[in-house]
Amino acid sequence: MLDIATLLGAGLLQAFEPLNLMMIFVGCLAGLFIGAMPGLGSVNGVAILLPVTFLVPPTAAIIFLAALYYGAMYGGAVSSITLGIPGASTAVATVFDGRPMAQQGKADQALTAAAVASFIGGTISVVLFTLFAPPLAVFALKFGPQEEFALMVLAFATFIGLGGDDIPKTIFSILLGLVMAAVGFDIISGQPRMIFFDFVELQRGIGFLVLAIGIYGIGEMLWTLENTKGDVRIHAVTSTWKSFKKNLSHVREYLPTTALGSALGFFVGTLPAAGATPASLMSYGLAKTFARDPDSFGKGNVSGVAAPEAANNAASTGSMLPMITLGIPGSPTTAILLGGMIIWGLRPGPLLFTDRPDFVWGLIGSMYVANFVTVALNLALIPLFVRVLAMPFTILTPIIFILCFVGVFATTDRMFDVWLMLLLGLGGYLMRKLNYPVAPAVLAIVLGPLAERSLRQSLISSRGDVMTFFERPISLTCMLLALALMIYPIWLGIRRRRAGSASGTG
Amino acid sequence: MSTRSAELLMAVGLLLLSLGLMWTVVTDELHIGWVEGRGPGAGVWPFWLSAGMALASLWTLARWFRGATPESRNKAPYIDSQSLGLVLISFVALTVMLLLVQVVGTYIATALFLGFYMRFIGKHSWRTTASTCVGMVLLIYFLFEWQLTKYLPKGMKAFEDGFLWIDDFRWQYLM
Repeated sequence: MLDIATLLGAGLLQAFEPLNLMMIFVGCLAGLFIGAMPGLGSVNGVAILLPVTFLVPPTAAIIFLAALYYGAMYGGAVSSITLGIPGASTAVATVFDGRPMAQQGKADQALTAAAVASFIGGTISVVLFTLFAPPLAVFALKFGPQEEFALMVLAFATFIGLGGDDIPKTIFSILLGLVMAAVGFDIISGQPRMIFFDFVELQRGIGFLVLAIGIYGIGEMLWTLENTKGDVRIHAVTSTWKSFKKNLSHVREYLPTTALGSALGFFVGTLPAAGATPASLMSYGLAKTFARDPDSFGKGNVSGVAAPEAANNAASTGSMLPMITLGIPGSPTTAILLGGMIIWGLRPGPLLFTDRPDFVWGLIGSMYVANFVTVALNLALIPLFVRVLAMPFTILTPIIFILCFVGVFATTDRMFDVWLMLLLGLGGYLMRKLNYPVAPAVLAIVLGPLAERSLRQSLISSRGDVMTFFERPISLTCMLLALALMIYPIWLGIRRRRAGSASGTG
Repeated sequence: MSTRSAELLMAVGLLLLSLGLMWTVVTDELHIGWVEGRGPGAGVWPFWLSAGMALASLWTLARWFRGATPESRNKAPYIDSQSLGLVLISFVALTVMLLLVQVVGTYIATALFLGFYMRFIGKHSWRTTASTCVGMVLLIYFLFEWQLTKYLPKGMKAFEDGFLWIDDFRWQYLM
C-alpha cells in the first residue's frame, strides 16, 4: 500500500512536469473538441492524432492520448445535449434526458451535470485503477504463452458473447483482423506470407494504424456524411456564473446514481467488447430502476444525464486497466494506444510495471491531473464549445481526410499505405453499413502478431498438444469462460428460434 | 441497389476473399500443418483462420437465404439516395487529391482539395476558403515537415525542385 503511495506520488510529480502538463492541457482540449463534434469520438481522435505524437517522448505521448480519451468522454455530452445527436456512440444514453432538458431551456443545467458526473466517474475509476493495476500486474507476471493466448481468446470471445452484433459477422471481423496481421514476413520461419499480386510493399505487413485510420478516419467520415447530411440544429445555451452556482447545488440529487454508475462503468469498461457505450446504457437503466420517479426519465431528469456520463468516463479508465497490466486492450481506443506503445518500442504487459515504472506511473498520475483539468476546461469553455459545434461539416470533413492522408504517410513513409488506407476505409464503411462490426478487426490486427506468437510458442513447448491450454489453471479458466461466451449466444438463438416455431405452428 | 442485394453481394465477395486468402497460402507453399521438429508451420495461422472466415461467410449466406438477418429483409436502398451524391463526391474528391499528391505534391493537392470542398460543396466565401487552405498547408508543413522531419510527397521533379527553394529558405533563416 505504501509502495503504491510512493509510486503514485512520483507519477503525480511527473505529470506536473511542464511538457507533460502541457500535453494534458492540449490533450483535454483536443478531446473535448473531438468528442463534441458529431460523428467523432475518442477512437477517431486517437487514431488520427497518433502520428503527431511522435513529436514528444512516449510518456508525454501517452499522457496526451489518454487526456484526449478523457476529454472526448466529456465532450460527447456537449453535442448530445445541445444538438440531440450523440457526439460519439459513448454518449448515446446522454441524449435520452439531455435533449429534453435542452428543449426545456435547461441545457446549461444538463451540461453542468454532465461535467460534474464525468468528473466523479473519472475520479472514482482512477482510484479503482490505482488499487487494481499493481496487484493485477504482479499476478500477470506468472503468465506464460499459454495464458497469454487463452486471455486473447477470451478477449475475442467477449465480442461474440457480449458484443450484441450479428455473430457470424463478428467472427468474420475478428478473423479478418487476425489474418491481416499475418501479412508480411513470418517472424518465426522468415517466410513471406500473403504478398498479394507481388506487391513488395506488403512484405513489411499491414500496419495497424493503416487499418485504424482507414476505418476510424475515412470510413467514419463517410458514415457521418451519409447519416447527418451535414444538417444539425443547435439549442441555445445561456450560461452565467450565477446559474452555474445554482446548477452545482443540484449535485446532491444525482450523487448516488453517479457513484453507482462510476463503479459499474469501470468494471464493464475492462471487458474488451463492452466498453463505454454499453456501460453508459447499463448505468442509465440502473439509475432509472432505482429512481423514485422512473417515469420522469426520458423527459428531462438530471440523473438520466449524470448516470451515463459518469459511466462512460469510468469505462474509459477501466479499459486502460487490461491494456496496461495484461497487454489486452479494453476498447478500440486502447487497442490503438497499445499499437502506439509497440511503435514507441515498449512491450505492453505486466513487465511494463517493473521495466518502465516512469511510464506507467506517469500515465496514472496524469489521469488524476487530467480529470481536474478537463472538468475545469469543460465548465469554463461550455459557451465556446457550443459555438465550435456550429462549425460546418464542409470544413471539418476535408480537414480530417487530409489529416488521415498525412498521418498515415508520416508513420510509414509510403504512398502505398495511403492507398491501402483509402481502400480499407471504404471497405470498412461498406461492411459497417451491413452490420459487420469493425472494432473487433482493429483489436485483432493489433493483437494478431502477439496471439500468433503465443500460440506457436505454446504448441512448440507442448510438442503440438492442444491440451496444453486446458492443463494450466489460469488458461483453463480463460478457455472455459471463452467457450461459454461463444456458445451462450448460439444456444440462446436456437432456443429463441424453437420457441418462435413452436408458437408459429401452435 | 437494395440493402438485401448488398448483403448477398458482400457475403459472396467476402467468401471469395477468404478462399483467395487460403489459396495464396497454399500456392506460397507454406506449411499448414505440423512441421516435425520445428512446430506449427508458417501457414497454419493464415490458412485456418481464413478457412474460419470462409465458414463465417457461408453462415451469413445461410442466414441471408433464411431471411434471418435484418439486412436480408431490408428492401431500402443500400446507400440513402439523398446522401449518395455527397458520399460519392467526397470519396471521389479524396481519390483525386491522392492522385494529385503524386503529381503536384502534398501541399498543392491538399490546398486544391480543401478549396474545392469548402467553396463548391460548402459554399463558403472565398475569404474563409483561402484562409483555411493557407492555414492548413502551413500547419502540415510546420507539424510534419518541420517538427517531425518527415519528407512528404512532393510530386513530379519540377514541383519538387520548387519546393527545395522553400526548404533552403527555412534552413537558412529559420532554424
